Amino acid sequence: MRIKKHPVLSSIVEKTEVEFIFEGKMLKGYEGEPIAAALHENGVRVLRHDHRPRGFFCAIGNCSSCLMEVNGEPNVRVCVEELRDGMVINMQEGKGKLKGGEE
Amino acid sequence: MLHTEIAIIGGGPAGMCAAIAAANQGARVTLFDRGKRLGGQLVKQTHRFFGSEKEYAGIRGIDIAKILYEEIEKNKLIDVKLDTTVLAIYSDGVISYEEGKSYKRMTSEKTIIAAGAAEKMLLFENNDLPGVYGAGAVQTLMNEHGIVPGNNVLMIGAGNIGLIVSYQLMQAGVKVAAIIDAAPKVGGYLVHASKVRRLGVPILTSHTIKTALGNETVEGAVICEVDDKFNPIPNTDQTIDVDIICLAVGLSPQGELLRQTGCEVKYVPSLGGFVPLRDENLQTTTNGVYVAGDSAEVEEASSAMVEGTIAGLSAAEALGYGTNIVAIKEGFKNDLDVLRSGAVGEKIKSGLKLLSC
Repeated sequence: MRIKKHPVLSSIVEKTEVEFIFEGKMLKGYEGEPIAAALHENGVRVLRHDHRPRGFFCAIGNCSSCLMEVNGEPNVRVCVEELRDGMVINMQEGKGKLKGGEE
Repeated sequence: MLHTEIAIIGGGPAGMCAAIAAANQGARVTLFDRGKRLGGQLVKQTHRFFGSEKEYAGIRGIDIAKILYEEIEKNKLIDVKLDTTVLAIYSDGVISYEEGKSYKRMTSEKTIIAAGAAEKMLLFENNDLPGVYGAGAVQTLMNEHGIVPGNNVLMIGAGNIGLIVSYQLMQAGVKVAAIIDAAPKVGGYLVHASKVRRLGVPILTSHTIKTALGNETVEGAVICEVDDKFNPIPNTDQTIDVDIICLAVGLSPQGELLRQTGCEVKYVPSLGGFVPLRDENLQTTTNGVYVAGDSAEVEEASSAMVEGTIAGLSAAEALGYGTNIVAIKEGFKNDLDVLRSGAVGEKIKSGLKLLSC
């Protein structure tokens, strides 16, 4: 849920809305916000599976809990990667695979 | 290879103040930060700071970041490298870094490491479930990106971070079910504790979390009472319906780059973990390598700013810049002393005594 009213942060400004694909579904978010923030806003909290479900934890690119596949590239830290129009984002399974890499 | 006089790693409160202090004395500075903007964790601190005027007391962290940023922007001696992660510092002093998508190297006369700290984890069943978040992460999501983490939060830790973030959650319209802490007393300032209590949030001391409930994401938590040795007391389990478990159980200094320089470190629990030995100028046992802020010891942004200033002045002085630096530094050292008065400050000071070199 986005914060609409805040006693201190008057500067939560209007941003440009963009569309992206998450697991085949079209979702909306704001351009330039972290992918993880946009997913949260859409109610998505499980970001990958590595034997167990994994989510967001540190939000500043430290912990690698939030690795996802973005535009075909695995191991992207979505807590610091900015959302762009038309991105294709998928949950990552385990270590992830690079296109054209070894199986 | 590229060369700079003073390389500063980390553009948070300590690194920004180090850059300003050194450049104001005439030194040429390169300031590295892996993020897309300077400010470190200041940019999510919506509360007003304590301390004295010199340390921006009464001003909110987000606004302090702006003030420092403007000062850096107008100083031509400071080269800011954003979106740049320092990867390694080699034994010959070469700093390697990834700027955007390219790999580069640089040498420096002096290096100041102000890399900050990372959130600590707590052991309990299911602590890896999505919905168990660090307190800093919750602040980032809410105060920087304007999105609430969930609807109902269990806060673990009644230190200042736990208390302040609880209040910030309520400012953003999120319910805080309870704040728990294993210690028998609230660790944070009374003024913060009173604020959340007045809003009806129970602070349960001598309590810990046993389990996070839920299959794919957090759906609740089991908490229990602990005795004076922190052992769970049987038959005191309580289930709370929450969708977020927020951990505010402390920070660990980020010491990886420091250790690559070969400097001596010691384990000092009251300072957050492994921390480097340093002299009164904040120089480590590696000649020319200084430390400031949470990388030096986990404390507060106010003291990080003063430490950054002292480290910046010292590095510039060592390169022959400035006049009367000794007297200027004396003033800042006194400020640090004042910031470290009180019970928490005493703990920091006795920890620091173990680190002098």
